[in-house]
Amino acid sequence: MKKRQMYMRMITASLMRRRSRMLVALLSIAIGATVLSGLITIYYDVPRQMGAQFRNYGANMILTDADGSFTLSDMQQGTAVIPADALVGAAPYRYENVRIHEQPIVAAGTDMAGARATSPFWRVEGEWCSADGQILVGANVAESFRLKAGEMLTVSYTPETAQTQEDETVLDNTIDLEITGVLDTGGPEEDYVYMSLADLETLTGESGTIDVAELSVSANADELSSYVDRINASVPAVKAHLVKRVTASETTVLSKLQALVLLVTIVVLALTMICVATTMTAVVTERRKEIGLRKAIGASDRSIIGEFLGESMMLGGIGGVLGVVLGYVFAQQVSINVFSSSIRFQWLLVPITILVSILVTGLSSLLPIRSATEVDPALVLKGE
Amino acid sequence: MSLLELKNVYKIYGELHALDNVSLKVEKGEWVSIMGPSGSGKSTMMNIIGCMDKPSKGEVLLDGVDISKENARSLTAVRRDKIGLIFQQFHLVNYLTAVENVMLAQYYHSMPDEKEALEALDRVGLADRAHHLPSQLSGGEQQRVCVARALINYPEIILADEPTGNLDEANEEIVVDLFHKLHNEGTTLIVVTHDPEVAEVAQRTLVLRNGKLHKEIVNQNFTGKIHFDDMQEFRKEETK
Ligand SMILES: Nc1ncnc2c1ncn2[C@@H]1O[C@H](COP(=O)(O)OP(=O)(O)O)[C@@H](O)[C@H]1O
Ligand SMILES: [Mg+2]
Repeated sequence: MKKRQMYMRMITASLMRRRSRMLVALLSIAIGATVLSGLITIYYDVPRQMGAQFRNYGANMILTDADGSFTLSDMQQGTAVIPADALVGAAPYRYENVRIHEQPIVAAGTDMAGARATSPFWRVEGEWCSADGQILVGANVAESFRLKAGEMLTVSYTPETAQTQEDETVLDNTIDLEITGVLDTGGPEEDYVYMSLADLETLTGESGTIDVAELSVSANADELSSYVDRINASVPAVKAHLVKRVTASETTVLSKLQALVLLVTIVVLALTMICVATTMTAVVTERRKEIGLRKAIGASDRSIIGEFLGESMMLGGIGGVLGVVLGYVFAQQVSINVFSSSIRFQWLLVPITILVSILVTGLSSLLPIRSATEVDPALVLKGE
Repeated sequence: MSLLELKNVYKIYGELHALDNVSLKVEKGEWVSIMGPSGSGKSTMMNIIGCMDKPSKGEVLLDGVDISKENARSLTAVRRDKIGLIFQQFHLVNYLTAVENVMLAQYYHSMPDEKEALEALDRVGLADRAHHLPSQLSGGEQQRVCVARALINYPEIILADEPTGNLDEANEEIVVDLFHKLHNEGTTLIVVTHDPEVAEVAQRTLVLRNGKLHKEIVNQNFTGKIHFDDMQEFRKEETK
C-alpha cells in the first residue's frame, strides 16, 4: 500500500468515525461557504436585478418633438432604433384640457398596454382599460367627483372652433366613457384621467399628433445613452432624452449595495475563520493524547501537520460543496423575496467557493495545528 | 558493546530526584524487568530510554549513540527506527481499526503493508478482530494490538510500561506468553511492572527506589518460574 493511500485512509477515518465532532466544524464552514457563495451570486446578479427593479419606477427615456409635429410614426421611427428585446415598452401621450362635471381636468390619451409596460408601479383599483370607450381616473379626480369603477362618465371638451350660441353657452363635444379603474400612483397622475388616444381624438376632433412618448428600455446607463445618441443622430423627427434621475441613482444605489454585500462577505469570512480556528483548537486539545502517541511511535512534526491540515482541508472541501448548494438556495430565496425574480446559477462559483473554503479552513487551522506539534510524546507514559 | 547503557543518569524536577545516579547495562536479546513502588522513577526511566525525554545529567547510550545529546528530531527518528512501545493505557488511535493502528507504525516507519500488519495481528491471536475499532475490543485485545504495533517494525528494543497493569489474569498470561515468543526471537525486552509474577519470568529484575537502583535480582533458573525471597519482601513493602 502506498503511503498516500494510508494517509487518505487515516484522514477520512478521522472525519467519518468522529462524525459528531467534525459536524460542528463542518457546520461553521458550510455556513461560511453558503453565505459567501450566496452573497457573491447576489453581488453579480444584483446589477441585472436592479436594472429590472429600477425600470419598475417608470420610463428611463422620453421622446419629444424635434421638427414641429410629433406623430405616432415619428415615435415608431425612434423606438425602431432600440433592439426589440431591449425595449420593454413605449407609450405615447397626448394631453388635453377637458371638463368633468364642469370642472377643468387634464386628460391624457395613450396606448394602455404601453402605459402599463412603462409605468408598472401604477396601481389600478379595478381594471386597466382594455378597449376604446373606457377611462381610468386618477385617485384625486375620483375622490373630488365621487367616481367609482363601473360607472359611466361624461367628458366634455371645448374645441377652438366652437360657436357661441345665442344664449351665451358654448356647444361642447362630449363623449361617454366607462370607468374601469381608479389610478393610484402617489404622483401627479392622480389628478389626471387616462383614455385611449382614439377616444381623445374623437373627443377633440383632431387626430395625428402626440406630445411625448415614454420608453422603458432594459439597458445599463452606458447602453442607454448610446441608444439616445443613435436616435438623435438617425431620427431627425424626434429628440430623445435620458431620464437622468433614475439612471444616475441606479448606479449609486448599485455601487453602495455591492459595497455592502462585499463588507458582509468579508465579515462572514472573518467570523468563519475565527469559528474554524476555535473548533480546531478544541480538536487539537481533545486529541493531545493521540498526537502524543503518534509522536511516540515515530511521527515527525511534519507528518502531524500534514495529517491535521489534510483533515481540515478535506473538511473545507466538503463544507465548500455544501456551501455551493445551500448558497444557491439562499441567493435564490433572497432574490425571490427582495427582487421577486429568480437568479442565474454562476458555474464559476463552484470552483471558487470550494477553493476559498479549502484555503480559508486550512489557513485558520494553521495556528491550532502548530500547537499540535508542541505536544510532548512523554505524555503517553504519564498515567492519567 | 551493550545495546543500552545508562551512565550516572539523573532526572531532577526542582528538588525532586526522580532518577538519582542510575547506571545500568542491558545486553542485546536480554529480558529485563523493572520493579519499584510507585513514584520510584520507573516511568521516568522508560521515557528516557524510549527517547521521549532527556536526562538532566549523565549519558544514555543506545547502540553506542549518546541519545542524551540528540535533538528532538533525531530522537523521533530513533524512536521510529529502534524502539517499540507498549503502555499501560493501551493508547490506540480510537477512530482507526486494529489493523490500521498497526499500519500506523509502519506508515511512520517506512511503508504501510496491510498483509504484514494482519500477520502481526495473527501472531497476537487477533486475526478475526483486525477490522474492529478499539472501542469494540476488550482491554486484553487492545493490549495485544499494542504488542502487534510494537513489534511490526522489528525494533531493537521493546519497552513496556506496566503492560499488564490493566489486564485480567487470562490476558496477562497471553501477553507474557507473547513476551516469551519475542524473547526467543532475540528481541530485547524491558518491562516495567508492579506484578512480581510478571517480573520474575524475566532474566533479570532491577528494583528502583526513590530514583536509585536499589537491588538487582538475577533469575538463575530462567526457563521455569521461580520464587524469590526478595519478591516476597517486595510484596510486603508494596502492601504497606
Ligand atoms: N514532569 C514532572 N514534573 C515533576 N515531577 C515529576 C514529573 N514526572 C514525574 N515526576 C515525579 O517523579 C517521580 C517519579 O515518577 P514516575 O517515574 O512516574 O514514577 P513511577 O515509578 O510510578 O512510574 C514522582 O515523584 C513523580 O511525581
Ligand atoms: Mg509509572
